[in-house]
Amino acid sequence: MSELIFDELLLEPERYELFTDTLFSAELDRRAFFRIVGGGLIVACVLGEADAQQPGRGRGGFGAPGPKELGAWLHVGEDSAVTVYTGKVEIGQNARTSLTQVVAEELHLPMERIKLVMADTQLVPFDGGTAGSGTTPRMAPQLRRAAAAARELLLDLAAEQGKVKREEMSVHDGKVTTTDGRASFTFGQLTQGKKLMKVIDDKTPTTPAEKWTISGASPPKVEGKAIVTGTHQFASDVKRPGMVFGKVLRPPSFKAELVSLQTRDAEALPGVTVARDGSFVGVTAATDHDATKALAALHAEWKTTPQPSSEELFDYLKKHPSAGRGGFGGRGGPDRRGSIAEGLKAADQQLKATYTIAYIAHAPMEPRVAVAEWNDGKLTVWTGTQMPFRVRGELARAFNIPEERVRVIVPDMGSGYGGKHSGESAVEAARLAKAAGKPVKLVWTREEEFTWAYFRPAGVIEVTAGATKDGTLTAWECHNYNSGGSSLRSPYESANVLTEFHTTDSPLKQGSYRALAATANTFAREMHMDDLAHALHLDPLAFRLKNLKDQRLRAVLEAAADRFGWSKSKADDHHGFGIACGTEKGSFVATCAEVSVQRNGLVKVLRVLTAFECGAIINPNHLKNQVEGAGMMALGGALFEAIRFANGKILNPRFSDYRVPRFADTPLFETVLLDRKDLPSAGAGETPIIAVGPAVGNAIFQATGVRLRSLPMAPKGVKAT
Amino acid sequence: MAIIKELHVNGSRRVVNAEGERSLLSVLRDDLDLTGSKYGCGEGRCGACTVLLDGRAVRSCSTPVSTAADTEIQTIEGLAKDGKLHPLQEAFLKHDALQCGYCTCGMIMNAVALLGRDPDSSREDIIRSMNGNICRCGAYPRIVAAIQEAARSMKGASK
Repeated sequence: MSELIFDELLLEPERYELFTDTLFSAELDRRAFFRIVGGGLIVACVLGEADAQQPGRGRGGFGAPGPKELGAWLHVGEDSAVTVYTGKVEIGQNARTSLTQVVAEELHLPMERIKLVMADTQLVPFDGGTAGSGTTPRMAPQLRRAAAAARELLLDLAAEQGKVKREEMSVHDGKVTTTDGRASFTFGQLTQGKKLMKVIDDKTPTTPAEKWTISGASPPKVEGKAIVTGTHQFASDVKRPGMVFGKVLRPPSFKAELVSLQTRDAEALPGVTVARDGSFVGVTAATDHDATKALAALHAEWKTTPQPSSEELFDYLKKHPSAGRGGFGGRGGPDRRGSIAEGLKAADQQLKATYTIAYIAHAPMEPRVAVAEWNDGKLTVWTGTQMPFRVRGELARAFNIPEERVRVIVPDMGSGYGGKHSGESAVEAARLAKAAGKPVKLVWTREEEFTWAYFRPAGVIEVTAGATKDGTLTAWECHNYNSGGSSLRSPYESANVLTEFHTTDSPLKQGSYRALAATANTFAREMHMDDLAHALHLDPLAFRLKNLKDQRLRAVLEAAADRFGWSKSKADDHHGFGIACGTEKGSFVATCAEVSVQRNGLVKVLRVLTAFECGAIINPNHLKNQVEGAGMMALGGALFEAIRFANGKILNPRFSDYRVPRFADTPLFETVLLDRKDLPSAGAGETPIIAVGPAVGNAIFQATGVRLRSLPMAPKGVKAT
Repeated sequence: MAIIKELHVNGSRRVVNAEGERSLLSVLRDDLDLTGSKYGCGEGRCGACTVLLDGRAVRSCSTPVSTAADTEIQTIEGLAKDGKLHPLQEAFLKHDALQCGYCTCGMIMNAVALLGRDPDSSREDIIRSMNGNICRCGAYPRIVAAIQEAARSMKGASK
C-alpha cells in the first residue's frame, strides 16, 4: 500500500506532511467478513482500472492506480438492514449523504434504510484517506457498483425463492416484488440463513446519470437532525469508562530541546500521572482542569535556537532551496515548450512580477483530539483525522506493535480542510494512556492547534509573460518556490511555456490545505493575466477567452460572466469588478467579484458569483453549500489571514489574533452549477476556493489602480496610490 | 475552593461535584455528558460553547461553573420539546445551514438568545449579534437565512 501513497506524493509534492514513510501492511481478513456481520449477503468491490482513470487524474488528482484490492463493501442483513463499509471520513463535505444517495439509487431503497460505517480500520477496507477530492470520483462509483450488484443478486434470490422468472421481478422500496404484485420479499427474507459473498470488479454496470432519481436530487444531510439537537458524536465527544484527561508539555519554541525536567510538584497533585518517553512529556488527571494545573506544575528548562521570522520569510524561501521533490510543473516535471526568450521577443507587451503567499492555518473548529485505550496490548484510538489508516501506521510504528493490534476509529469530525492528515494527537493520547493505565482523552487547545499542527505552505511565485497587441499570449514563464505544483501548469495556450516548482527549506511545518497550491498558483496566474489585459487595453474576459481552448473551462468562464453581467459591470471610483478562472482535480471554476474600497482603505467584498462544473452533480444543494463555503473560506486567505512567527514561536495562535472570515465579512454569494450528466462526477470540496482570491484582487485593482501581489492582499486595507 | 454540588440544567436539577473554578463547558460535557456544546477556542472568541444562563448567551468555555450555580442553564440538548424541534433547529435543517456541524449548536443557542431578546431582529442585527460565532466551513449566508426564517415562524406561532 505504501506504493499508492508514494504515487500520490509524486503527483503532489506539496503534501509535505505525508512525506514520512508509513507502513500499511494489515488488511482486512476477508474470511472475517461474516464474523463481523453474522449472515446475509455481502458484496465487496475490488479496485480496478476504472477507479484509477477518473477525470481528476490528469489535473493532479488522486488518481494513482492501486494494487488489486478491496475498496469498499456492502452488507444486506438478515434483518433487511443495508450497511455500507467505507474508509472515507465525514468532515462536513457531506460524503455520508452523497454516498448514501448513490447506494439508495442502485438498491431502490429509501436513504434512511442505509447505514454507513465509515473510517473504522477494523471494519473497513484500507483507504488512502479522505483528501484530494477523491471520495466522489473514486468511492461513489465503487459503492454504486456494489449496490447494483447487490440488487441483481437479490433479484436472483427472489426468482429462485418465488419460483418466478427473474424478468418478472423488480426491486422497489426495499422489496423485491413480482410485476403482477402477487409475490413480494423483503431483503431479509431473501438473505435469511445465508452467507453469500460476491466479489465484484469495476465492470459492473450502474445506472447512467440521466436516469438518476435519488442521486442528482438534494435530500437533506443524513446526520442533520443529530447535529442540530447536539447528539451527534464527534471525536471529541467520545467518553470511555474510567477515562482521564491528558495534557502535553510543549516546547516554548520550535526545535527547542528539553534540558531538564522536575516532575515532583506535578506528581504530588492528587490523581496525576506524569508520562515521559524520550522528549515526550505529558500529564493525566481526573479532569481537564486538574490536568492543566498539573502541566503548570512541571518545571522544564529548554535550550532554544534562533530561527527565521515571517518578516524575512520570502527572502528566506528564495535563498534556501532544498533537494528532493522539485522540478515539478503541475504533473510529471516542469512544463517546457518552445522558447521563452523568443516568445518575449515576439510580444508587444511584457510583464514580470513576483507574488508572495503567506502561511495560513486550517483552523478547523474542532482541534486535534484523540481518546486512546489499551486492552491486552491492543490499542484503540478514536480521533479526528482524514487518514485513519495512515494514523494506524503511525501508532504501530510509535509503539512497535503490528498494525493488526491497532484500531483507529474516526467519528464524523469538526472539519479538516486538508489539515488533519496526521496523527499527532492519537500518538500522544496513546502514550499518555499507556503511562496512566487508563483510557485518556487529549483535546488540543486552540493555541496548540495553531502552533503544533501544520500550515498551508508559504511561497514565492515569479511570473514573466508576454502578449501581442491583439491579445495572443506569446510567452508564459512561472516559477513556484515552496508552495506547490497544483494548477501551476497554465490552462492558457501559448507556444512558449516554462512552468516549474522549486522545493525549499520551510521555516514552519507545512502540508496539505484545501486545493493545495492551486489557490496560490491560480492567484498568481489570474492576477498576471488581468494585469496583461489592462496593459494591452483589452477586456480581461476577452483576453482570457482568446487564449483558452479548454471547452469546460470556457463554459464556466462564460457562464459566470453572463450571470454576473460582466459586460455591463463598469468600475467607478473605489468600486470595481474582477474575474478569474481555473481548474483542478477534474473540476472547473470561474468567479466574478464586486468590491468597494472605502476611503480609509478597507476592502468590502460585496458580491461573489461562482460558476462551477464537476461533471454529473450528485447533490445540487450540498454542492452549492460547498461552493459558498469554499468562497467564504477563500476570502480569509485572500484578504487577511496570515500566520506571523518569530524565533520559533507563532505570534498569533488565537482567534483573537488570527482573523478568520466572520458573518460581517459575508458578501452576496451566487452560484451557477453546470450539470454535465454526460461526464463522470468529480469531487467538489476544493476547486471552488481557487478563483475567489484573484477575482477579488482584480476587482480591487479596478477600483483603486493598486495591484496587490501578496496573499493575504489587504490585512490592513489597501494603501492609497 | 468552593465545590459546586448542583446545577439547574434544561429544567432539571443535576447533581455534580465540581471545583467552582472549572469551566462550565467542561462540567457540562465531561461530568453531565451534555456534549452538544463544543470546545473551539477557550477564550470566548468562536462561540462553539455557547449556552444560555437565565436566557442570556454566554461562552461556557470561559465561564467558571461557580457563576452558573444559581442560574437556569439551557443547552442545545434541552431545546427540542417532547421530540419537537425548536423553530431554529428546523430552520437550520431546512436551509442546510451547516457542513461539519461542529459550530452548529453554539450558533443555534446564540440565535435563541438573540430572538428571545429581539424577535424582530433585522438582517443587520443578526449579523452583528452572530459575529462572535465562527463557522469555518463558511455556512454564514445559510445561517442568516435560517435565523430569519425561524424569526418569522416564531412570530407567526406567537400570534
